[in-house]
Amino acid sequence: MKHAYLIRRVVMFFVVVILAATLNFIIPRLAPGDPIGAVLEELRARGASTGGDSEDEIVAAYRARFGLDKPIHIQYFSFLANTLRFDLGYSISYYPQKVEAALLRSLPWTVGLLAISTVISFAFGSFFGALMAWPRAPATVNRFVPFFMVLSAVPYYLLGLILVYIFAFVLRWLPLGGAYSSGTVPEMDLDFILDVIRHGMLPALSILLTSVGFWALGMRGVMVTVLGEDYLTLAEAKGLPDRRIFFAYAMRNALLPQVTSLAIALGTVASGSVLVEVIFNYPGVGWLLYNALRSSDYYMVQGVAFFLILTVAVSVLIVDVIYPLLDPRIER
Amino acid sequence: MSQDIALEVNNLRVSYKTSTDDVKAVDDVSFKLYAGERLGVVGESGSGKTTLALALMRLHKPPASIEGGTAFLDGRDLLKLDREEMRSTRWSKLSLIPQGSMNSLNPVIKIKHQMADAVEAHQRGWARGEIAKHIGHLLGRVGLPESVAEMYPHELSGGMKQRVCIALAIILEPSVIIADEPTSALDVVVQRVVMQTLNDVQAQLNAAMIIIGHDMGLMAQSADRLAVMYAGKMVEVSPIGAFFKNPQHPYSKLLISSLPSPEERRELTGIPGSQPSLLDLPSGCAFHPRCPVAVERCKREIPPLRDFSGGRRAACHLVEEQT
Repeated sequence: MKHAYLIRRVVMFFVVVILAATLNFIIPRLAPGDPIGAVLEELRARGASTGGDSEDEIVAAYRARFGLDKPIHIQYFSFLANTLRFDLGYSISYYPQKVEAALLRSLPWTVGLLAISTVISFAFGSFFGALMAWPRAPATVNRFVPFFMVLSAVPYYLLGLILVYIFAFVLRWLPLGGAYSSGTVPEMDLDFILDVIRHGMLPALSILLTSVGFWALGMRGVMVTVLGEDYLTLAEAKGLPDRRIFFAYAMRNALLPQVTSLAIALGTVASGSVLVEVIFNYPGVGWLLYNALRSSDYYMVQGVAFFLILTVAVSVLIVDVIYPLLDPRIER
Repeated sequence: MSQDIALEVNNLRVSYKTSTDDVKAVDDVSFKLYAGERLGVVGESGSGKTTLALALMRLHKPPASIEGGTAFLDGRDLLKLDREEMRSTRWSKLSLIPQGSMNSLNPVIKIKHQMADAVEAHQRGWARGEIAKHIGHLLGRVGLPESVAEMYPHELSGGMKQRVCIALAIILEPSVIIADEPTSALDVVVQRVVMQTLNDVQAQLNAAMIIIGHDMGLMAQSADRLAVMYAGKMVEVSPIGAFFKNPQHPYSKLLISSLPSPEERRELTGIPGSQPSLLDLPSGCAFHPRCPVAVERCKREIPPLRDFSGGRRAACHLVEEQT
């Protein structure tokens, strides 16, 4: 049973990835315009000379180099094969750098900043939300409900701007942006790590503050439903200590739908936080995408888009695999 | 049956607070539960049976609140215990077989852990191995294979879940078990078997048991005494044989005449009308608008629950003249 379930999930994962790659192949080719023409146009605009070769010859040479002269299905299969090997082609702006190299360079920053702040926000928000629904929690806990509602309604980029203005511009407690001070060499010593934490503080805070309300209010809603279940009455009748009822009976069950949301949230973390990275000049995947879009670096945009779909698919796969451990009712 | 009193309830009143008025769901209920006996409590939906059960375990949820009365178990008033004392009393002295056994088990925890945590919460000082052995033994006693301990609730049928609840209820050998409609979610065949199991384990423990329900047939088979509730009050308490032979209260009489009997062919009579709203009770005896023998006095005075010979009690102005 268990193996069949796992195999189905993994097959599903590859289907999603191949579909994503296919869309990634089709969409740019549906768009009007010709990449080689665009490059030549740009060269001409900069006043470059064609060096005596006729324009047609140049176009033909470029088409051959990028494989655009082959039939479309051959192009498709070689694209697919390259993508699955995580060979995403060359970046146009950073030529001759490869797209995947740039991605791998930005990835640690995005994961470090966004994944960690999302997980902290999830853990804290869920716990706090559970307390808000718990009848024997201190009454002050519920005073935070309006606070959370307001925070979850504020867009994070707006809060980011406000935080930057107050803490970096006016008070000058924290740096304006970047992931580390310019001039320092990234290496694993204490100074550098502290520097990174100082730089990460504001962007992390803006994500944390705006998303914690979502987790807290969601958890509170599920928790209220769970608290009405018969098994909670029986747990209390058994004379279990409050702590055990709260964690093993109430929160344990209320967390299940939250975990599903977490998978989706983690998957969209990279794409959803483009603006945070832009505001804070943070060298993550979002920043990479933003710059690629500005400079029409098609391969880079394609690569990042594919990568984002991959993160969603991977996090859904992870949740699919661990979910049966959390909820035995899910088929194994 | 010994005459040691396991639980003595006096003048218990439980109300549901509404914005305008208090609804008296349990109104001045007093009864004694003797060690080892099975007391059936019957009544229509909304007559206060389940509220009574939950209030005795102090598991009632707002807007319900206990307005007064006492409930003595082992010489201590349950209604005056503080939270921690009540917690340690629950299950060790007073356990519950819940109404909705379908959803009474935590869906994500194995049966053995749901049984073990009840033991651990009361610090009996048993070793882990002992607890596991005890659980296996208990499951066997309610007719389940030991392998059930390793299962999750969704892997069990309704009848099996109810058996797990029975095994769970006796794990600490309490002196009082409250069974709140223990079989209402099961089909009739399983009902009988589960009820038999419940009666067997109760008899082995010599625990007193309150069985709440509205199935008169089941009561006739299981209960030693029967209490009838109507609109939050107990209107009759009688030994089971005497109750069926010669019911005292007019409501009890109508209840029995609405039961089909294989011996005699007769028209089944229902009880005309329906139970009054607890928000707007009739004056005097709450049953008088539906009572075929009501007299003028019934509209004015609330009849108290009085003792009669043979350990019988009834709340009706007319009973004296009839016996």
